[in-house]
Amino acid sequence: MNAVKTTADLTRIRESLCTSSDLFDTNENSGQVEIKVSMATCGIAAGAREVNTYLSEIIEREQIKASIIRTGCMGYCYAEPTIEVKIPGEEPIVFGHVNKSKIDDIVFCYIRKGILPDDITWMKTGTAKEEDLSSKQLHIALRNCGHIDPESIDEYIKVDGYQALGKVVTEMSPDEAIKIIMDSGLRGRGGGGFPTGLKWQITRKSQADQKYVVCNADEGDPGAFMDRSILEGDPHSIIEAMTINGYCTGASKGLVYIRAEYPLAIERLKIAMQQAREYGLLGENIFGTDFSFDIEIRYGAGAFVCGEETALIHSMEGKRGEATVKPPFPSESGFKGYPTNVNNVETYANIPLIIRKGAEWFSRIGTAKSKGTKVFALAGKVNKVGLVEVPMGTTLREVIFDIGGGIKDGKKFKAVQTGGPSGGCLTEKHLDLPIDYDNLLAAGSMMGSGGMIVMDEDDCMVAMAQFYLDFSVEESCGKCSPCRIGNKRLHEILQKITSGNGEEEDLEKLRNLAGVIKDTALCGLGQTSPNPVLSTMDNFYDEYIAHVNDKLCPAHQCRRLTQYFIDPEKCTGCTLCARACSVDAIKGERKAPHVIDPTLCVRCGACIEKCKFDAVYVH
Amino acid sequence: METVKVIIDRKELEVPKGTTILEAAKSIGIRIPTLCHMKLEDLNYENNPGSCRICVVEVEGRRNLAPACKTECTEGLVVKTYTSRVMNARRTVMELILSNHPFECLTCSKNGYCELQTIAHDLGIREVRYTGEQSVFPIDRSPSIVRNMNKCIMCRRCETMCNEIQTVGALTAVHRGFEAAVSTAFEKDMTGSTCSYCGQCVSICPVNALSGRNNQQEVLNALADPDKIVIVQTAPAVRAALGRDFGFEPGTLVTGKMVSALRYLGFDYVFDTDFAADLTIMEEGTELLHRLSDYLKGDKEVKIPLMTSCCPGWVSFVEQHYPDLSSHLSTAKSPQQMFGAIAKNYFAENLGVARDKIVVVSVMPCLAKKYEASRPEFAVDGNPDVDISIYTRELARLIRYANINFEELPDSDFDRPLGESTGAAIIFGTTGGVIEAACRTAYELYTGKRLEQIDIEELRGLEGIRSATIDFNGLPLKIGIAHGLGNARKLIEEVRNGTSPYHAIEIMACPGGCIGGGGQPFHKGNMKVLRKRASALYQADRDKTIRRSHENPYIIQLYKEYLGEPCGALSHKLLHTHYFDRKEIVGILDETKNEE
Amino acid sequence: METLCLSQSKITKIHDICEGYNNDSAELINILHATQGTFGFLPAEVQEVIASRLDIPVSKVYGVVTFYSFFTMTPNGKYPISVCLGTACYVRGAEKVLEELERQLDIKVGETTNDGLFSLDCLRCVGACGLAPVISIAGKVYGRVSPDKVKKILSEYYYQE
Ligand SMILES: Cc1cc2nc3c(=O)[nH]c(=O)nc-3n(C[C@H](O)[C@H](O)[C@H](O)COP(=O)(O)O)c2cc1C
Ligand code: SF4
Ligand code: SF4
Ligand code: SF4
Ligand code: SF4
Ligand code: SF4
Ligand code: SF4
Ligand code: SF4
Ligand code: SF4
Ligand code: FES
Ligand code: FES
Ligand code: FES
Repeated sequence: MNAVKTTADLTRIRESLCTSSDLFDTNENSGQVEIKVSMATCGIAAGAREVNTYLSEIIEREQIKASIIRTGCMGYCYAEPTIEVKIPGEEPIVFGHVNKSKIDDIVFCYIRKGILPDDITWMKTGTAKEEDLSSKQLHIALRNCGHIDPESIDEYIKVDGYQALGKVVTEMSPDEAIKIIMDSGLRGRGGGGFPTGLKWQITRKSQADQKYVVCNADEGDPGAFMDRSILEGDPHSIIEAMTINGYCTGASKGLVYIRAEYPLAIERLKIAMQQAREYGLLGENIFGTDFSFDIEIRYGAGAFVCGEETALIHSMEGKRGEATVKPPFPSESGFKGYPTNVNNVETYANIPLIIRKGAEWFSRIGTAKSKGTKVFALAGKVNKVGLVEVPMGTTLREVIFDIGGGIKDGKKFKAVQTGGPSGGCLTEKHLDLPIDYDNLLAAGSMMGSGGMIVMDEDDCMVAMAQFYLDFSVEESCGKCSPCRIGNKRLHEILQKITSGNGEEEDLEKLRNLAGVIKDTALCGLGQTSPNPVLSTMDNFYDEYIAHVNDKLCPAHQCRRLTQYFIDPEKCTGCTLCARACSVDAIKGERKAPHVIDPTLCVRCGACIEKCKFDAVYVH
Repeated sequence: METVKVIIDRKELEVPKGTTILEAAKSIGIRIPTLCHMKLEDLNYENNPGSCRICVVEVEGRRNLAPACKTECTEGLVVKTYTSRVMNARRTVMELILSNHPFECLTCSKNGYCELQTIAHDLGIREVRYTGEQSVFPIDRSPSIVRNMNKCIMCRRCETMCNEIQTVGALTAVHRGFEAAVSTAFEKDMTGSTCSYCGQCVSICPVNALSGRNNQQEVLNALADPDKIVIVQTAPAVRAALGRDFGFEPGTLVTGKMVSALRYLGFDYVFDTDFAADLTIMEEGTELLHRLSDYLKGDKEVKIPLMTSCCPGWVSFVEQHYPDLSSHLSTAKSPQQMFGAIAKNYFAENLGVARDKIVVVSVMPCLAKKYEASRPEFAVDGNPDVDISIYTRELARLIRYANINFEELPDSDFDRPLGESTGAAIIFGTTGGVIEAACRTAYELYTGKRLEQIDIEELRGLEGIRSATIDFNGLPLKIGIAHGLGNARKLIEEVRNGTSPYHAIEIMACPGGCIGGGGQPFHKGNMKVLRKRASALYQADRDKTIRRSHENPYIIQLYKEYLGEPCGALSHKLLHTHYFDRKEIVGILDETKNEE
Repeated sequence: METLCLSQSKITKIHDICEGYNNDSAELINILHATQGTFGFLPAEVQEVIASRLDIPVSKVYGVVTFYSFFTMTPNGKYPISVCLGTACYVRGAEKVLEELERQLDIKVGETTNDGLFSLDCLRCVGACGLAPVISIAGKVYGRVSPDKVKKILSEYYYQE
């Protein structure tokens, strides 16, 4: 067994692994083809398991010298299932939308003959390395996702895993290590952007005989999935970082609070913890020092507010996940009353690399006040939905258009929501804004956890605000009056507006109420939940006016304000729409123009999608 | 002490570190409204969730408004409590609360005592701009307490009281968001919960979400019924508190006026529960001596310490949480029930009428007594010993209802025979009083000597747990006293562990004992008020010529004429009771039977 | 007071779960997860047993169970369906998928079909936003669902029966 007692042990293991089959410069010698299958929740949902099985079969059958590695998420969500193929001596190539017939093509054309079939989506990888900034992406937190097998500690060690931990516990004092984190300028990636080093220092300075470090893996923002990807793709980096955190703050116990909706991440984390324990990288006397540290898992149970750190702590204590007033902050009094350092998954993912490469290296990346990179979960109406990691300061335009490939179906960009339910909608005029904590805040939104939902001309901004409020109403813990009742009232006013009953004074009420909730709510949920309302009111006031005064939904999304018609000129009487209509609202003879009965129509829009002649329209 | 300088509304002041803005402001005469916050120093009770947000103030340099109740003063803090931003926020928050609150002040029993009403008034709310869906909960009426959660503002004071002070754990917050509410497990009725009916949650609820069950109409009906003889008994603690609802200083004894008012209301006999308290001492004191003598003889089976049983809140608590220890409870009934039993038997026989012709009404400081009166074992063929139990606030309302100008009433005295009592009975109303009264009698019966130092100061006071050793002629009798169920739990845990050092334990469920009962005029846990009520009772004791229960001439007569001897056969039948195991347990299903 | 009944084997199982977490009330949520994992749901009597084992008021357990949307006191269908209504899924038409499911199954959100096969719920984000809109059936995640695919997906399960 590979027990690590000293840093030398680690180096030895690493070296022995690298000679047997090297990961980066690779299979040159062995002559093996290396195939990586992206096997995160996303990939599996798209069929990665079937792909994996078929690949093994065909390789066996065709007797190809190849190894298959199951990795975490590669980030190309739009193209799942994806596989990466590395032929010795070649740049690795990622193939997307893979299925059986495409695998055949890949095997027979590319692997056998080296020809890239052009009817398959493929892209070159290796592009997100630091040297190549032209790709606009830079992978620090995601450095190992999609590259290594997350269920193998050896693979992590091969890519210099646990080196940072070894260095910290054997060569540095906690203060020295904290100084590196402070100097790097790393700020919390969970939403607040609090300087990570400072938080560690406060926890370190809090006097107590027991302390805790907590990894916040609750990832509640619907539309963000970077924490899941990291945990599924690179769980050891989180274990390593938490252990470093424990050493720096004087905690011997780590807790991962993870949402129960992430079974795969939980499983991989458990495997990784077990492996780390076997290697002596978790547990007693790490690296032969007198520092001991271990990690436990606590599950969330479906409550967004439990991402808020005080609520999270209550939840870990077996209580209702209600937030409490800060101060005291968890770093002074947290889990069971002991000083507790809470950091986000992505924050942690940065730590080992910062320790290894130094504060100076990290602080060169990014903007003046926001250093490093940020992972965004680009979703909604963009072509290339996926996980992207870019240096702070990258503009929204670069992310949405250059990396994201622009708006789906050639539609017009309308807005992008950052920061999830706590954030706001940014518009055309913000596209060239360099993204960092402060710029987003100034523009009326938030970094949040990095959800980025792109909306096009078909999205109604009032309905969008209502959607977010619906979320906040459902997820409010119900403790404080402004959030418990106020959000409900905000939602009701929005509902009134989107159903065509809005009055002008409602807009005034909306603004006042939104302001007061922000000003008076107890925790971050309520303090930010009105943001979607305020930012859409700021940026799309005309849409509100249209709903209230003209009783119109310009995006044709609010059902009570739309009506479906069939243009008799265009209708050929093909009956497709009538068959699609589940409430039988469409009447008409074959080959004669059809009509929609507005009293029956539930405005589901199915007909519009079915009509090949553009005869159905909304107003 | 470390201090910090702060500026509040342009006034500079220096306060100890750790002072909240709320406290600091109060010290310079600024009263910031509060709803959820409640701090009762002497009880160690603090409900400070910082959740109602009615107390928000502006703090310079802070992005959002700060809750004054929860924000500590730090050096150089600049606070504004009265700006348009603050006032707009407070008013909007108040409107939000009101938007989910029924507008029923005119028919609400909290009208005039309601904190929500007062603050809405102070904030000058004349219109509620925000309206929408309101919570709808069924109203839960237990024999003692009515829960109308439609009026709840989620201050969570009750939850803190029930869990942290009383440690009963009947109440909890359930669900979340707009649906969040305070309720019992599985949202059952109070009767299906572990509630002991101590009523402490009722006494601190700022609104009328929790209130006592109202039985005024039944009293009026009985009084209006020409065929009934209606008897009233009043508990010792009532006389020290009733005046509060008529503007008297806390702790003013209004015994004489109360008796006059009751006569005016039309009761046929105005008696005193204190008479029954003397009786309780005879029975309980004798029981203690019996158990002690068995114990001293080396009997291992005898249950020592003996625990008092005159507080039905406490009895319920034992039945629900410590049924294994219920044999430590004295089997003596509470004074209320002893009175009922004597009235419906001895007194009825004396009058020569059937028991069901008599209606016994009791006026109690207590909500648990309503429930106690309804317990089936306290009825004969369905006819209860105590027909109606009302609490002090209900009596105050009845007095107003009957057009009585209470302040101006002359004094008058209780009727005889069941109206005569001793000083020992009066102090039943405060914590330590029962055991002091019992000691006065037990000492003399045990030692055969006169107790010289009749005021047993060691047993007095308002600390949550007290203990004293009384020298019974060489036998050091160890006594434990607790008030509040959380404190009681500590003593009974010792009993369960076998580490209890006591021979006798007195427990009262309410803070301060019955003077702080859930049916008393709202004292909101203010210990100053409770102290005054307690000293009024001790004063009344001193003013009595007879201060030992066994010297009450009517008690002596009762035993001679009717009962025989304390703890004798008839006493046992009429004046003693038994207890039930009411712990909720999950039964074990016979697996051979089909389950699903 | 009504008496609630459970079989001895179930009680033992709950006790074992609690034991596995050292009867520590701070582990309540983990314990509830494990118990729900075993029984499928958390009826009142199960909560009573947990409460008495952990020595906390049962009201606290109930308060926690009702706070978290993951816990349920009613049995789910054999194949519980969850529709993601997270933002990414919402903007890509999750509501329409949900409506279609409601129509096909003839139940509303929170209900179970008469044959006990399916129950329908919403959740917020399973983290597969890239494949929005997403639904999950008995733990299996389906991505890029559109209303017209619903019938086919359901038929997989009808077929299994
Ligand atoms: C309503 C709410 C939800 C939150 N959800 C999360 C979350 O899901 N994950 C997370 O890491 N932080 C979340 N946060 C932020 C945390 O409270 C906390 O600031 C963060 O975990 C600290 O770690 P960091 O400094 O590394 O960002 C949330 C905050 C609020 C107010
Ligand atoms: S703001 Fe909302 S989530 Fe936060 S404490 Fe208040 S009610 Fe709970
Ligand atoms: S919108 Fe839907 S309901 Fe209305 S006609 Fe078209 S298909 Fe039918
Ligand atoms: S699908 Fe279009 S063309 Fe065909 S009947 Fe409907 S409206 Fe007419
Ligand atoms: S609780 Fe207060 S505000 Fe509510 S109806 Fe009663 S008196 Fe009025
Ligand atoms: S003050 Fe006027 S409005 Fe109010 S109750 Fe009296 S009469 Fe009616
Ligand atoms: S009456 Fe006492 S025991 Fe019952 S709920 Fe209120 S505080 Fe708890
Ligand atoms: S019932 Fe009363 S004390 Fe309890 S939370 Fe509601 S308003 Fe507050
Ligand atoms: S202490 Fe007095 S008022 Fe309180 S429950 Fe007991 S008997 Fe009733
Ligand atoms: S491919 Fe995994 S999150 Fe997108
Ligand atoms: S009194 Fe301060 S928040 Fe309620
Ligand atoms: S929003 Fe549906 S999976 Fe994330």
